[in-house]
Amino acid sequence: MVVSSDAPRPDDMPARTVLDEQDISRALTRITHEILERNRDADGVLLLGIPTRGVDLARRIAARMSEVEGRPITPGSLDVTMYRDDLRMRPARALEHTSIPEDVDGKTVVLVDDVLFSGRTIRAALDALGDLGRPKAVQLAVLVDRGHRELPIRADFVGKNLPTSLAEKVKVRLTEADGEPDSVTIVGGAS
Amino acid sequence: MSTFILRNVRPFGGDAVDIAVTDGLITEIGTGLSGEEVVDGGGHLVLPGLVDLHTHLREPGREDAETVRTGSQAAALGGFTCVHAMANTDPVADTAGVVEQVYRLGVEHGYCDVQPVGAVTVGLAGERLAELGAMATSAAGVRVFSDDGKCVSDAVLMRRALEYVKAFDGVIAQHAQEPRLTEGAQMNEGPLSGELGLTGWPAVAEEAIIARDVLLAEHVGSRLHVCHLSTRGSVEIVRWAKSRGIDVTAEVTPHHLLLTDDLVRSYDPIYKVNPPLRSPDDVQAVREGLADGTIDIVATDHAPHPMEDKECEWNVAAFGMLGLETALSVVQQTMVDTGAIGWERVAEAMSAAPARIGRVSGHGRPLAVGEPANLVVYDPTARRTVEAAASASLSRNTPYAGLELPGRVVATFLRGRATVLDGALFSEGALS
Amino acid sequence: MKSSHLLSAADLDRDDALRILDTAEELLSVAQRPIKKLPTLRGRTVVNLFFEDSTRTRISFEAAAKRLSADVINFSAKGSSVSKGESLKDTALTLQAMGADAVVIRHSASGAPHRLATSRWMSGSVVNAGDGTHEHPTQALLDAFTMRRHLGDLEGKSITIVGDVLHSRVARSNALLLHTLGAEVTLVAPPTLLPVGVETWPVAHAYDLDANLEKADAVMMLRVQRERMNASYFPSAREYSRRFGLDTARMNRMPEHAIVMHPGPMNRGMEITADVADSPRSVIVEQVTNGVAVRMAVLYLLLGGAADADSPEGNA
Repeated sequence: MVVSSDAPRPDDMPARTVLDEQDISRALTRITHEILERNRDADGVLLLGIPTRGVDLARRIAARMSEVEGRPITPGSLDVTMYRDDLRMRPARALEHTSIPEDVDGKTVVLVDDVLFSGRTIRAALDALGDLGRPKAVQLAVLVDRGHRELPIRADFVGKNLPTSLAEKVKVRLTEADGEPDSVTIVGGAS
Repeated sequence: MSTFILRNVRPFGGDAVDIAVTDGLITEIGTGLSGEEVVDGGGHLVLPGLVDLHTHLREPGREDAETVRTGSQAAALGGFTCVHAMANTDPVADTAGVVEQVYRLGVEHGYCDVQPVGAVTVGLAGERLAELGAMATSAAGVRVFSDDGKCVSDAVLMRRALEYVKAFDGVIAQHAQEPRLTEGAQMNEGPLSGELGLTGWPAVAEEAIIARDVLLAEHVGSRLHVCHLSTRGSVEIVRWAKSRGIDVTAEVTPHHLLLTDDLVRSYDPIYKVNPPLRSPDDVQAVREGLADGTIDIVATDHAPHPMEDKECEWNVAAFGMLGLETALSVVQQTMVDTGAIGWERVAEAMSAAPARIGRVSGHGRPLAVGEPANLVVYDPTARRTVEAAASASLSRNTPYAGLELPGRVVATFLRGRATVLDGALFSEGALS
Repeated sequence: MKSSHLLSAADLDRDDALRILDTAEELLSVAQRPIKKLPTLRGRTVVNLFFEDSTRTRISFEAAAKRLSADVINFSAKGSSVSKGESLKDTALTLQAMGADAVVIRHSASGAPHRLATSRWMSGSVVNAGDGTHEHPTQALLDAFTMRRHLGDLEGKSITIVGDVLHSRVARSNALLLHTLGAEVTLVAPPTLLPVGVETWPVAHAYDLDANLEKADAVMMLRVQRERMNASYFPSAREYSRRFGLDTARMNRMPEHAIVMHPGPMNRGMEITADVADSPRSVIVEQVTNGVAVRMAVLYLLLGGAADADSPEGNA
């Protein structure tokens, strides 16, 4: 998740809930169906979540897909740390887990992330993917698209488009990663 | 030379007096003295000029590290009026020719008396005796003989040397280091040497030689001097030997009074020295030994080395550190300021006793009428931060760089002639 | 990592050590990918400065740096400093002028990497690739990594290290790191080959190998040079291998799951018999593979992030 820089102590600012548990669940169900629709079925589709919350979201989508398809669908995770373009702006960070359940060659890879913002994370993910093989196509699913793109990247599947100001921070909470109820909130900015 | 008055100085820190000096001798001590020329002593301490029994002046052979001129300048700045120049030069000072050369260089420059030490064995090789008698009867009048840097490890050779020098009242100053126990040794052996992966230098390598030598000295009835002892065990052996009446004297260096082996953690060869820096317990023991008289003197083991021999890996670096200009300050910090000894004992350990051991006349004398005016004026209340680059030595290997030490040598007089005034070198002969 | 150098295993606290091992775990998979390369250190220069021959260690570091896309310069300076040719200082100044971001140094003098890191002769990160009889921290990391893959969390695990501890940089680094990771280490050697002061180390020590096999989760055999017997560290090669060598009979007394390790190069027939070295319980070859991943992790964590502000380091 990307945090706008100059918001002072966002946690102290009043938070505005934009998606609750039910909204998130509905959005993921809709995304699942859109993915299946666009690709006709789950054959040849490989879900790769971007750590950390993207992985949790990919698992939820995979679970919904398994239900629809009637067979287990295994998502993977793709850590993009080593491909980031802002590595030298912060101390070296620990790597997240990468697991690619099957060969990406010829597959339609659906990258899953929580928030689409500058697009730089997705750029890194595309580079990482390129070093793993040659997918037939790459699609992008995000829970929230908050705009402010810095690269020519767009999402194929969007839970919610959320116009924001750069002073605001979008906070995604998922039970798996955060141990609290699912929510998307906007913190900071004009209040 | 005429008369001058050294006004307002305190002998050994006592009451302020004026000292009148005429033709290099103390002619009057009192208050309210007057004369043609007056040097203000500022109420500072005055001691007899210091005598170093253990200095490396490097000339001849390593004039890139030090010369008799620069080394004696450093000595004067440290308050010394006499230094003993060790024999491990190139060529080695093992003949009358070399010791006379060094002696004359000292006279020529005139910053302090340079008393050469003769080698015990030819080329310091530890195989056969050098011409000790020729050196003794030379113009240099050598009385101290040492293979310092190397140990006279052969027991028979050591015995013969001890016996032989009795004929001219000489003394063997032993560098106590059992060579086999210290092959490749780099630092004090202990938990830290194991941790740092540096070959250990066990205390026993020093103590075993000292124990043997005091027994030899007792057996042949000779005088023995132990150079730079550094361990608790060595102090105990010397204490035991003295209690038996053995004619042994011992020295400790300023750095062994202050520094400990944990400095080696930095792997900076500025702390590489022979014998090595020891444990805090050893430092405590040598301080106690100096306080109770077991250790007779402080000697600097001033050992200049060019930068490239220290700016390198520990293993290949040279052993040794500078000491002349900081000796009195280190002794003040470790012994006087701690209350272990007073200034009279400092004067004994750094002037009278080394002069006696080295049999140099005219140095280490009392502050009394009729005695040579070899004096050091010292301000013990001053504090200074040691700067390597400020040294008069040609070398920069002081382990005290950046350290704040107490005290400052204000003036040094050699037979009434100022070699240092206001803490700076005085140009040769300017007061005459 | 908290420091911009890796000079000693003692530089690493538990978090640092685990971060390196976890990172290495992720990087291990790079070796299995079609493109065995990550762009992370593109434009960074890593110099392998080897004053002592060690093809294995150099190649391992070289592969690690190249897989992270760093430019690698191999600088073999064997013996030049000791023989009073170019000094360590001049070499460092040269590397600084070449813009080295990291220097991986192997040297026969204990503390040489420390000198390089603290001298201000150069500003890059320094990685100790083995110095004299001091340390070899990346070897310890890869050993710990290998053990962890076989034994799981090393907390409470019992590791027996056997042989010439006195002259072994591997033993020093392993003792420190394994202790940090919560393992119980026992050093086994004849008393002549244990350093003075070993009782102050955070490990146990013993003179009897047979008494320290049953409890061991891993047994690490150290290389013993035959020349040591000429310096009377032990009477003969035969007596040494009888008392301290690992043969099949001894290996069979180790627990079922226990592994056999050796940092290499081995003296087969001296500290380890050929059949033990080649047995399925020996992870010696795996140690080599893991070396690359661990060294990638170290280089990434030292060089992958923002350059540290110059931290002043001085001597007291």
